[in-house]
Amino acid sequence: MRPSKFSNFIFNRNVQGTFYQAITLSIVILGVYYIVQNTAENMMARGLASGFHFLGVESQFDIGMTLIEYSPTSTYFDAFIVGLLNTLLVAGIGIFFATIVGFAFGIMRLSSNWLIAKIAETYIEVIRNIPLLLQIFFWYFAVLRALPKPKQSIEFMDSIFLNNRGLFLPDPNFSEGSSVIFYLFWITIVISIFIFIWSKRRQNRTGITFPAFYFSAALIVGVFFASLAATGFPVSFEIPELKGFNFKGGMKLIPELVALTFALSMYTAAFIAEVVRAGIMAVSKGQTEAARSVGLKEGLVLRLIIIPQALRVIVPPLTNQYLNLTKNSSLAAAIAYPDLVLVFAGTALMQTGQAIEIIGMVMGVYLFLSLFTSIIMNLFNRSMRVGER
Amino acid sequence: MNKNITPPVIEIGVIGWLRKNLFSTWYNTILTLIGLYFIYLIIPPLLSWIFFDATFSGTNREDCTSSGACWVFIKQNIKLIIYGLYPSDELWRVNIAYFLLTVSIIYLLIPNLKYKGFVGIFLLIIFPIICVFLFSGGLGLENVETRLWGGLFLTLVIAGVGIVLSLPIGIMLALGRRSKLPVVSLLSTIFIEIWRGVPLITVLFMASNMFPLFMPEGVNFDKLIRALIGVMFFSAAYLAEVVRGGLQAMPKGQYEASQAAGLTYWKMMALIILPQSLKIVIPAIIGSFIALFKDTTLVLIIGLFDFLGIIQFVGTNPDWLGFSHEGYVFAATIFWVFCFGMSRYSQRLEKKLDTGN
Repeated sequence: MRPSKFSNFIFNRNVQGTFYQAITLSIVILGVYYIVQNTAENMMARGLASGFHFLGVESQFDIGMTLIEYSPTSTYFDAFIVGLLNTLLVAGIGIFFATIVGFAFGIMRLSSNWLIAKIAETYIEVIRNIPLLLQIFFWYFAVLRALPKPKQSIEFMDSIFLNNRGLFLPDPNFSEGSSVIFYLFWITIVISIFIFIWSKRRQNRTGITFPAFYFSAALIVGVFFASLAATGFPVSFEIPELKGFNFKGGMKLIPELVALTFALSMYTAAFIAEVVRAGIMAVSKGQTEAARSVGLKEGLVLRLIIIPQALRVIVPPLTNQYLNLTKNSSLAAAIAYPDLVLVFAGTALMQTGQAIEIIGMVMGVYLFLSLFTSIIMNLFNRSMRVGER
Repeated sequence: MNKNITPPVIEIGVIGWLRKNLFSTWYNTILTLIGLYFIYLIIPPLLSWIFFDATFSGTNREDCTSSGACWVFIKQNIKLIIYGLYPSDELWRVNIAYFLLTVSIIYLLIPNLKYKGFVGIFLLIIFPIICVFLFSGGLGLENVETRLWGGLFLTLVIAGVGIVLSLPIGIMLALGRRSKLPVVSLLSTIFIEIWRGVPLITVLFMASNMFPLFMPEGVNFDKLIRALIGVMFFSAAYLAEVVRGGLQAMPKGQYEASQAAGLTYWKMMALIILPQSLKIVIPAIIGSFIALFKDTTLVLIIGLFDFLGIIQFVGTNPDWLGFSHEGYVFAATIFWVFCFGMSRYSQRLEKKLDTGN
């Protein structure tokens, strides 16, 4: 018996596929419609107007730490920018320290010295398995809040002070003439880049090597100090001073910022250490042996053979860790560091009630960062694939 | 010639090991000494604070006179820490759940026992259903409001619900993303990337501020359920990516062979592809669970008193001000034991499941 036309039709793959997709799509559309409908009704009932008009309204609240001019008469949009900048500040400082500490522990973990490897392993296993929020609480409430009062500050070299009001650092002051140093500094860096390119080309052509690294390092440092001396040291440091009950002058980092960046960098460093270790171990042993057998010195084996190959493995998960750190910086809300989430999704939301718009904006910022990073990473992966066999 | 000459004493035994691993070169010797100094700086004070100088017995803060930790603080508040504000007469219900959970996990951990599959299914499907009735009431049990839930109990509930519900959703999302149907694949991809791109805190803020707006007038979920929905979707998106990794690792021949054998899509997935690919990614799945377990602490930001939340809370009790160190160290130890245990278990499983193909 030949199958009928109808059964031919309903068992056709394409027809079935279209059918399933139509069902999925209509369920999703109905769901979204239902939610939008409910939201509109609810907002009407609460007397809320949808839209972004509230961004131009005076915020009427103050923020404890601002990188730009801000006062209670500023708008909600200004508050958004302040929060965003504070988030980026924490992320930037956190990434810087997490990278240094993470690479250090990752390399220590591979050390031939048993004790050093064990210390690194213990650090990684302890830090990785304790919730970040708990660590932030610990550093903030149990350590920084329990520090002595400004009068009994912990001092480093009479210029850095740590107490329960925060961390006080010398603030550099640039007077006239310092711009010359700045320009000279950048010029030497550009010159160094050209030296690197030139030495590489010459080595490819003639085989003669040139100590480009040492030469440019000496150039940059030398010119920097020479220009400093020539212009009569136009940079002075304003050192914080104890006046009354608190320090005046200098650069002040509020305790929330210190606790948050410290906890974030220590936590992320443990993950970065594992990334670094995996990257170095991914370079097969034959590579090291081959490099040694062609007579490269240990330092060169590391610099020319292992690190370039390891970096290819390390960089994608490393950026992922950077992204995690940035997202984790939103835990700031728990210790009242004025980041994007606390300022905008917290205070501003409470005052205006514009939940949809505000949470949408905050999520949009993080989504943008994530997608941006993953696009960069895809490009990086594509360019790195060359040379693979 | 005597062939049985023993190696020099400095190359074998303890001395040999020390020379090889700690003092092989001059810089290794320096590193070892620095390392030993660090250990000397950290370990003895820590041990004496935790054990030797600590106070273990007593009933209030006056009993803590020594310079070490005051574990009386934990001891006096232990009921709050483990059960939250759950009514005292109903604690047996939580205890039954703790007991069943412990027994099943121990059973799963003992090697070479039969019926592990059934215990696993019990733990993932039947046990959660029992817990729903045990904890919230119904079937003749008195109703207990979720605002009374707290402490370690609440942490385990959130993590458990997250784990049990996010796995099937994650698998469906992964299948959806790999699907050849463009609409399904696009929708799954958007869903996954949105949840993965934002921090959990914003998800929880959304759950507590936006969900009420989404529901029709009068329908109101309680705070815990809203948080659970947020945690569930968040964790499902991460699991979806893990499962997708496993699906991609399957050789194409597996798909082709099952299609050649005439299996439908769902049969192919359920019988051939998923069992193999889930096996590959079990360690990664457990990794996600560890992350989820640590992330449950974030619910305290929207006002739920989980394990860490209750530790913060008892620390603000005027009778016990100034004992935050003890609280944090205790909480850290408990979290560490759970997370480290899970990660060790996954490493063991990885070795055991590695059949070499």
